[in-house]
Amino acid sequence: MNAPTAPDWRDDIFAVLQAHEIKQVYHVPDAGHSRLIESCQRSNAMRTLALTTEEEGVALAAGAWLGGQRSVLLMQSSGVGNTINLMGLTKTMRLPLLTLITMRGDYGEFNSWQYPMGQGTPKVLEAMGVLLYSVDTAEEVKATVDAAARSAFNGGQAVAVLLRQKLIGIKNFGKK
Amino acid sequence: MSTATLRRRPLVKTILEGATDDLLVIAGLGSSNWDVTEAGDRPLNMPLWGAMGATVAMGLGLAIAQPTKRVLVITGDGDMLMGMGSLATVAAQQPHNLAICVLDNEKFGETGNQATHTSARNQGPTDSGAGADLSVIARGCGIADSATIRGEAEVAQLVADLRRKSGPVFRLVKVMVEKLEFVMPPQDGAHLKDRFRQALLGQA
Ligand SMILES: Cc1ncc(C[n+]2csc(CCOP(=O)(O)OP(=O)(O)O)c2C)c(N)n1
Repeated sequence: MNAPTAPDWRDDIFAVLQAHEIKQVYHVPDAGHSRLIESCQRSNAMRTLALTTEEEGVALAAGAWLGGQRSVLLMQSSGVGNTINLMGLTKTMRLPLLTLITMRGDYGEFNSWQYPMGQGTPKVLEAMGVLLYSVDTAEEVKATVDAAARSAFNGGQAVAVLLRQKLIGIKNFGKK
Repeated sequence: MSTATLRRRPLVKTILEGATDDLLVIAGLGSSNWDVTEAGDRPLNMPLWGAMGATVAMGLGLAIAQPTKRVLVITGDGDMLMGMGSLATVAAQQPHNLAICVLDNEKFGETGNQATHTSARNQGPTDSGAGADLSVIARGCGIADSATIRGEAEVAQLVADLRRKSGPVFRLVKVMVEKLEFVMPPQDGAHLKDRFRQALLGQA
């Protein structure tokens, strides 16, 4: 058992997902999302699905919406590249989509392999017609994710919230 | 060359015969879309015109959202190969109401009958595949109820399994390579989605 830890912005996101009656949660894990994923896994109101690749999450979201359920796709910025063709579904089918993206290769990143897709992430999403909301501080998380869910499920939009590296903290694997 | 004898059009018609509102169908792009449409366009069909590789995952999201309905995915081997990982994602969820039927002509039919990886090896420079067996792959991914159908004598059981057997059910059906007429459903994706939701949920 983990020792109980102080509430943080991941708990704010979980509360927003509950408030918006999200029923299906898709993820290819990212360390930044792990606490949120565990909260979703423990919830009786949500079904949490691990994916083999992030594009499955877009297809699942389409299926869930056809069946009347709301969903969320949790991924890291590198996963955005895996979704591109299927992001087109949100336009052709005029689907709502909510995705929460933990950014890598963004701000003080130590791993050079993360930069190309991290830097490409906003451009790629924009090119596919996905609305971008961006969060740099813990205080803004709750209101931003709430607004994104409203745009998605009330406004019928595909919306991505970029949880910037400034918010998540710089992973350094022991490097100074 | 494939030795398949089953013809996809009458087969799909038989699979979908007498479909009620309890049957939700997702059809993969290419020939499967036209097959399902010839059997009868209906609001509770979601025929895909693109989104290659997405068909099974879409069926899974729908099956979880609608546990009291039967969800049937009908698609081609090319589409299934592109979305192979989704078979493991299905297995992890074990949806009792999901059946997957792959019509395996061993070709990318829609784009000119190039061999897919399900074609046998060593069939010459333009016709060789890998001999990949999607039914073994499905079982290896964790879908225990997986089988291959080759003959007319097995069709009645196939239909019963796809329509009623507790899932997840995976059936690979070896079908002939044929040149068939295009029978097209509406193309507008938003319209297809709205009419589906209207029929299922009473609201678009
Ligand atoms: C991502 C993507 N790559 C390529 C294509 C082009 N394409 C359209 S249909 C198709 C072949 C589908 O093959 P299969 O699923 O086996 O269908 P069938 O042989 O039954 O027509 C391909 C490659 C596409 N639509 N999308």
